[in-house]
Amino acid sequence: MTTDGNGAPIELTARDFKSDQEVRWCPGCGDYAILNAVQGFMPELGIAKEKIVFVSGIGCAARFPYYMETYGMHSIHGRAAAIATGLATSRPDLSVWVIGGDGDMLSIGGNHLIHALRRNVNLTILMLNNQIYGLTKGQYSPTSERGKVTKSTPMGSVDQPFNPLSVAIGAEATFVARAIDTDKKELAEVLRAAAAHRGASFVEVLQNCNIYNDGAFDFVREQKENRLYLRAGEEVRWGDKGVRIGADGSAEVVDASEGGLLVHDPGHVEPSVAFGLARLTYGTVGAVPLGVFRDVRRPVYDDSVAEQIRAAQKQRGEGDLAALLHAGDTWEIA
Amino acid sequence: MSKPVEQLDRVIIRFAGDSGDGMQLTGDRFTSETALMGNDLATLPDFPAEIRAPAGSLPGVSGFQLHFADHDILTPGDQPNVLVAMNPAALKANLKDLPKGAMVIVNTDAFNERNLQKARYASNPLEDGSLEGFHVHEVALTSMTVEALRDVDGITSREAERSKNFCALGLMCWLYHRPTEGTLAFIEEKFGKRPEIAEANTKAFKAGYNYGETSEDFAVSYEVAPAKLAPGRYRQITGNTAIAYGLIAASRQSKLPLFLGAYPITPASAILEELARHKSFGVITFQAEDEIAACGAALGASFGGALGVTTSAGPGIVLKSETVGLGVMLELPLVILDIQRAGPSTGMPTKPEQTDLLMVLYGRNGESPVPVVAASSPAQCFHAAIEAARIALKYRTPVYLLSDASLANGSEPWLIPDVDSLPDISTPFATAPREGDPFLPYKRDAATLARPWAVPGTAGLEHRIGGLEKEDVTGAISYDPDNHDLMIRLRAQKVANIAADIPELELDDPDGDARTLVLGWGSTYGPIGAAVRRVRRDGRKVARAHLHHLNPLPRNTGDVVRGYDKVLIPEMNTGQLLQLIRAQFLVDAVGYNRVRGLPFRSSELAEAITAMVDA
Repeated sequence: MTTDGNGAPIELTARDFKSDQEVRWCPGCGDYAILNAVQGFMPELGIAKEKIVFVSGIGCAARFPYYMETYGMHSIHGRAAAIATGLATSRPDLSVWVIGGDGDMLSIGGNHLIHALRRNVNLTILMLNNQIYGLTKGQYSPTSERGKVTKSTPMGSVDQPFNPLSVAIGAEATFVARAIDTDKKELAEVLRAAAAHRGASFVEVLQNCNIYNDGAFDFVREQKENRLYLRAGEEVRWGDKGVRIGADGSAEVVDASEGGLLVHDPGHVEPSVAFGLARLTYGTVGAVPLGVFRDVRRPVYDDSVAEQIRAAQKQRGEGDLAALLHAGDTWEIA
Repeated sequence: MSKPVEQLDRVIIRFAGDSGDGMQLTGDRFTSETALMGNDLATLPDFPAEIRAPAGSLPGVSGFQLHFADHDILTPGDQPNVLVAMNPAALKANLKDLPKGAMVIVNTDAFNERNLQKARYASNPLEDGSLEGFHVHEVALTSMTVEALRDVDGITSREAERSKNFCALGLMCWLYHRPTEGTLAFIEEKFGKRPEIAEANTKAFKAGYNYGETSEDFAVSYEVAPAKLAPGRYRQITGNTAIAYGLIAASRQSKLPLFLGAYPITPASAILEELARHKSFGVITFQAEDEIAACGAALGASFGGALGVTTSAGPGIVLKSETVGLGVMLELPLVILDIQRAGPSTGMPTKPEQTDLLMVLYGRNGESPVPVVAASSPAQCFHAAIEAARIALKYRTPVYLLSDASLANGSEPWLIPDVDSLPDISTPFATAPREGDPFLPYKRDAATLARPWAVPGTAGLEHRIGGLEKEDVTGAISYDPDNHDLMIRLRAQKVANIAADIPELELDDPDGDARTLVLGWGSTYGPIGAAVRRVRRDGRKVARAHLHHLNPLPRNTGDVVRGYDKVLIPEMNTGQLLQLIRAQFLVDAVGYNRVRGLPFRSSELAEAITAMVDA
């Protein structure tokens, strides 16, 4: 919701969030669906569009800010989270979004991502994961599977891939979720929850790169039976299968009929279960958990910074420059 | 009967000991008492990068030099008149700097077999005649201290021994008639939580003072009259503190919140630490995960309408370069402080150099002009910080401010400015354009060529910026060849135009007929000034000028350097400004270059200037 010049509320629509820039992703790219979803649900946020900022690094997904009719900065490779941290910390009144790909955020920007999450800066971070470097034309990324043959790995990648949600949970993220680019309703649902979360929200969006890594997520994008939707308060199950927490603390897949299934609680303070659910993705489970894995409250960095400033001003009054310069031992020369 | 008092016009004292001996604290205290006496002063702390090198070893020697006088002085001094050596290593490491006839006070207790060995002395210098020509005072500082503290309950013998620096300080305070009240109050405050330690240090201090008065070894004490400085209220200040205060002042004078993104690095960390103490000014200090994040966060804060600042030293500046380039493209204000230290790579972290000038000018990809300001003395750092912020805000550009390790840690008296006299550096944010007019983020101000600074939260100004080349006026992404050429030239012109907005280079040529000019920049201000005085005192004519703006250069720089037959450019590098001056103005300037990780001695500079004048 924003207001006109006379203070009267104006209903915003998705169209209000479309900039005049021509969208230039490859035809068939999953980014289009994500852009549409974001523009579609932005009006629901009830935030004036001038209060919204999209910050990105470099990569295909990082072109996102150009297409949003909000404030935006397309910055440098990997550094969006750091730049957004400075912006959000100095301007707690803004809604700051960070958007990028798996290479941008987990490779060159891995350090900034984990630190933004552990600090719990009030950011909504969307990581579009297509398991490949698109803009640089098809090298393997930190989420590419072992053995991936690409231009830079002609004999197959020997790198162990990151599981983005494990990284986020390991970095003490307070909000962690996953969605699929083409699953419009669920994507909007997850984005809504992420935007509502105060603190750092991390959302992995599984996305297809039809040029360099086509079909990477077909087993879940195309085969809906492999989607495991996590719902708070409900048993974690899909089809005739379910998830139970084993004696060693890991999440294990069992026949749902066996009972004793895990009841999903994203608000659980202890991150182990969310971590176990995140691990399922890369097991031999046959299903990919989707939805909100973790949603807990922890002091928000920007709030704590502002609170210290308020406390200092309450204690000492607002800074007096002349008093500061004259503090300590001084002497007079006549 | 009281001892005779000798009048001196100036003294240079160096305290030296192990890096755990408290030499910096001792030097600081002596400096504070000296400042309150009204002497002019300059200090040179010189310590190893290692926190605690092995006790008694040569690499572990920590020193603090103080020059104080009854007249205005410009440097911490070339050669100490007095060395206080707490152990053999401290004596060995510093003796070479002393002129014959200098006073040497040694702590004889530390001159045992083990320490002599550690200092690689083949024989005891106190016994083998190698100190001939110096006035040596052998004082058993450690045992005197331990003896004085016998009645203090609750301290270990190690703690008693550790108070010996206060004993040395007490002795020096007696010898040079320094007041003692400040130090006694300081001990109370600093060690208040451990009263027994406070008592020990107080007793040690008094023991040293009384020893001076009673020992026949010290027949004379010395007085240095207050200096005749410009009237006003003074305080002692280091360069890093002055920069922190300057940034707070810039925040106030621009009416913008200060956001510092920093990563700890020697010798810049003290700026972060100082600013972190002043949250009541609305200052946000962000200790980032790395140098890149520190600079990025500052730039993000600038985008949001804050005065974004990042502080570092050479190795950290290297990492920030990409972000500075982004700032050039975004045309947003950003102040980047480079407290230079010896390089390359990690180099010598605690030692000063002027070796980053070409890096900050040219160390970015693409043609990426950035204004550069340089500080010239610890106190001048205050105004240099305000000036860097002024240029950054007015022209919407990253600005480098160069300081170095000698300014950062060195201190001098500072005539505290009247805050009402500080410049107004406020800059308006863009406001919403008229109905129907699109907002043009790269439409430039005709006078400054600065683009509008439109901050998020302003309705109607929503826009996107980024590192890709901008189309003139609209700021849209553009690969048009002619537009790129135009934008390269516009960004360069914007920075070049700043020359009209900075003071002309001040020329110091008293008679107006010197034929030799000495041109400097940065922390060599003091040593060059002192050297020029010496040369003039010898009856020779020499002019001098000192650059505070390195990019753009003051508009009369060419006229000044072309106005002399000979131009000497002393730098603590192998000739960086020299290259610029020769290339831009086609003058046959000559460099005087030493890269020793130490400030210049004015005596060596005086020789070089004399040689040039006489040539």
